[in-house]
Amino acid sequence: MMSSINWPQARRGWRSFAWYFKGVMGEHAYQDYLEHHRREHPGTEPMSEREFWRDKTDRQDNNPQGRCC
Amino acid sequence: MSEKPTGALSGQSGKDPDSDLLVQDPNLPPVALDPAAEAEQYKWTPTKVVIWVAIALLGGVSWSMLAFSRGETINAIWFVFAAVCTYFIAYRFYSKYIESKLTRPNDRRATPAEYNADGKDFVVTDRRVLYGHHFAAIAGAGPLVGPILAAQMGYLPGTLWIIVGVVLAGAVQDYLVLFFSMRRGGRSVGQMAREELGVVGGTAALIATLAIMIIIVAILALVVVNALGESPWGVFSVSMTIPIAIFMGIYLRFLRPGKVSEVSIIGFALLIAAIIGGGAIAETGWGAAIFTLDRTTIAWGIIIYGFIAAVLPVWLLLAPRDYLSTFMKIGTILMLALAIVLVRPEINVPAFSEFAGRSDGPVVPGSLFPFLFVTIACGAISGFHALIASGTTPKMLHKERQTRFIGYGGMLMESFVAIMALVAALSIDRGIYFAMNSSAAATGGTVEGAVAFVNSLGLANVNLTPDMLTELARNVGEQSVVSRTGGAPTLAVGLSHIMHGLIGGVSMMGFWYHFAIMFEALFILTAVDAGTRVARFMLQDTIGNVLPKFKNMSWRPGVWICTAIMVAGWGYILILGVTDPLGGINTFFPLFGIANQLLAAIALAVCLAIAAKRGAFKYLWIIALPLAFVTVITVWASILKIFSPDVKVGYWANNIANRNALAAGETSLGNANSVADMEAVVRNTAVQGTLSIIFVILTIIVITTALWATYKSWRLGGEPSHEDPAVVSSTYGPASLFATRQEKELEKQWNALPVATRRQGRGHDVEH
Repeated sequence: MMSSINWPQARRGWRSFAWYFKGVMGEHAYQDYLEHHRREHPGTEPMSEREFWRDKTDRQDNNPQGRCC
Repeated sequence: MSEKPTGALSGQSGKDPDSDLLVQDPNLPPVALDPAAEAEQYKWTPTKVVIWVAIALLGGVSWSMLAFSRGETINAIWFVFAAVCTYFIAYRFYSKYIESKLTRPNDRRATPAEYNADGKDFVVTDRRVLYGHHFAAIAGAGPLVGPILAAQMGYLPGTLWIIVGVVLAGAVQDYLVLFFSMRRGGRSVGQMAREELGVVGGTAALIATLAIMIIIVAILALVVVNALGESPWGVFSVSMTIPIAIFMGIYLRFLRPGKVSEVSIIGFALLIAAIIGGGAIAETGWGAAIFTLDRTTIAWGIIIYGFIAAVLPVWLLLAPRDYLSTFMKIGTILMLALAIVLVRPEINVPAFSEFAGRSDGPVVPGSLFPFLFVTIACGAISGFHALIASGTTPKMLHKERQTRFIGYGGMLMESFVAIMALVAALSIDRGIYFAMNSSAAATGGTVEGAVAFVNSLGLANVNLTPDMLTELARNVGEQSVVSRTGGAPTLAVGLSHIMHGLIGGVSMMGFWYHFAIMFEALFILTAVDAGTRVARFMLQDTIGNVLPKFKNMSWRPGVWICTAIMVAGWGYILILGVTDPLGGINTFFPLFGIANQLLAAIALAVCLAIAAKRGAFKYLWIIALPLAFVTVITVWASILKIFSPDVKVGYWANNIANRNALAAGETSLGNANSVADMEAVVRNTAVQGTLSIIFVILTIIVITTALWATYKSWRLGGEPSHEDPAVVSSTYGPASLFATRQEKELEKQWNALPVATRRQGRGHDVEH
């Protein structure tokens, strides 16, 4: 017996899965930065997405983070 | 017991003294649950009572199955139930007890992510996301290796230590370090040691951390080398991770910046292609010729790779491989859990094996007490986590109360990974287990030698035949599975054993085996690379106190010199391990466990001093108990390694025995079959013995200074803390994974606010 799929619910489920997955992978970093910038430095130009990610990895060069065994 | 905190102290008896100063914005909904609602959450309702009684009963039944089962086999599902039920109970009751008595978080206080918000490192992060993030940072190959080696003693000692250890020690350490670091703006455990223990204790802690990182990286690298030696398939697929990561790095830098999950999925697909392609290439004549490398060559490859990877820009190799490794970590662990629950393998290993009561086990030597407790480090308690829990995670916490879920709960998940690794190792035939994990010095590295050796061990219900080993090697696509020490290949066989029943049958065993080798290698290479960088950074900082130029992290010669020193350090030990005539893993692995546990002792000692300053003397036992246990275990293990007259256990005893034999003109001793071998044993045992002495002395210094600091605080009834000044919070989030009814109601009030005012992270422009 195939029960009918509840599409809106399935879509919501998929969306929260995608949100969680991206969050754990760290993909929300730029959105978080933009929100922060909008709130704290209104009127100034934020970094572009490309600049932001470059800045992020370049800062890690000088500030290494551990990964555990 | 003296309990008289002064006004400057926070933490003990009654409410947080800062509470009166923390007056929240009256225009916002409450930033913390009020005490009445807080208490109401924990009221016992009939449903709750039924649920918890059911959990307790299921846990009790599972433990009884594990402890008293005298049948031929036991089902793996009992391990899962015993572990999960114990975790639930420990999380709900013990961590809650620690929260209410010792840490006493205050949601009216802003976290560093709020008062230091910079949009980059200090970012308020959803608790569930941060949990995954933190878990991916703490878990790696460690919990997948130790439990497998400890399986030689039977299933019960390892299971008990992993589960009881995490509840009373490992998770407590992670939680406390995270909490105290959060209260200090995310300071590292090294900085906290300097503040709390003074110059001597702080310096000893720093040197110990550096030395420990070198040994941990070396032994993790040794695990990879052992998994890839004489394995063209493995060498090909693991080498392919480098171009794949570089491709991902370029993709993220130049093509589609920020599309992290997209590129990870592409990378994952390429990895799978590399595994499948590796199987085909290893079967061709040229493929086998190019990619069949001996272990010394692979070790040199990893050393050169380690240096280059650690000086290359992060975006090119480290960051993309980190994404890949996070992706694989969460994916494979879910897969393993699902497979174990679905397949429910039968385990025919005794609760206590023949080696539980002896000290001559072929996998790792030494008696159960204390060596079981250093063989299994990660999964029960891992000192390395203190570096993570005082690194990125405290800078991303949303609310103070969430430290329990992230810190304590995150470690419970790692423990669960260790249990699953143990189950996977236990599910394979015991004869095969010992053939794979006994050193080549014992088996001669041949099928016949392994069969003769394993059958001579006198193990109950073990009757190994040459066919079993050759058939397994053929099924997993390897030339041989004999003496594949280090745990990774055993886990890979266990995983392929479990998974092939679910997907693909015997023809897929090779794929699953190499899939497992691949993800372990990926975790380890990431740890090697990141570990080298962190150690280099610490070294640069230390040298910088004398030669200021070294403090400048963008001064390339400084970076190169310090990286070279660190790589030389772990590379030297790696080469010793690879060429060790006695096997390598069995002689070096105890150092890994001892080092990791000593780091845990250092972290707990720092926590003890901090808790004493807060005046929490009545509840110091929460820290003193695991501290005393790991200190006794590791100091005892170190002392046996230094002083034991048994040449199988004591490094110096073996050193002297070989030296005397050489002086007497003998040409073989035990498993060392030539003068060159004996000279190698003399050299290796001298290095191992010296490291043991250094570790134990440094740890004793740190613990003594911590006890002194604790005593001083007790005399004074507490001391002013080094916490950052309290700043009032203006945001709200539930404490644990699921929000309670009361929390949901409060969350609703916050969600009703306009988006702009909802998360008022105070930025750097706010004075505090």
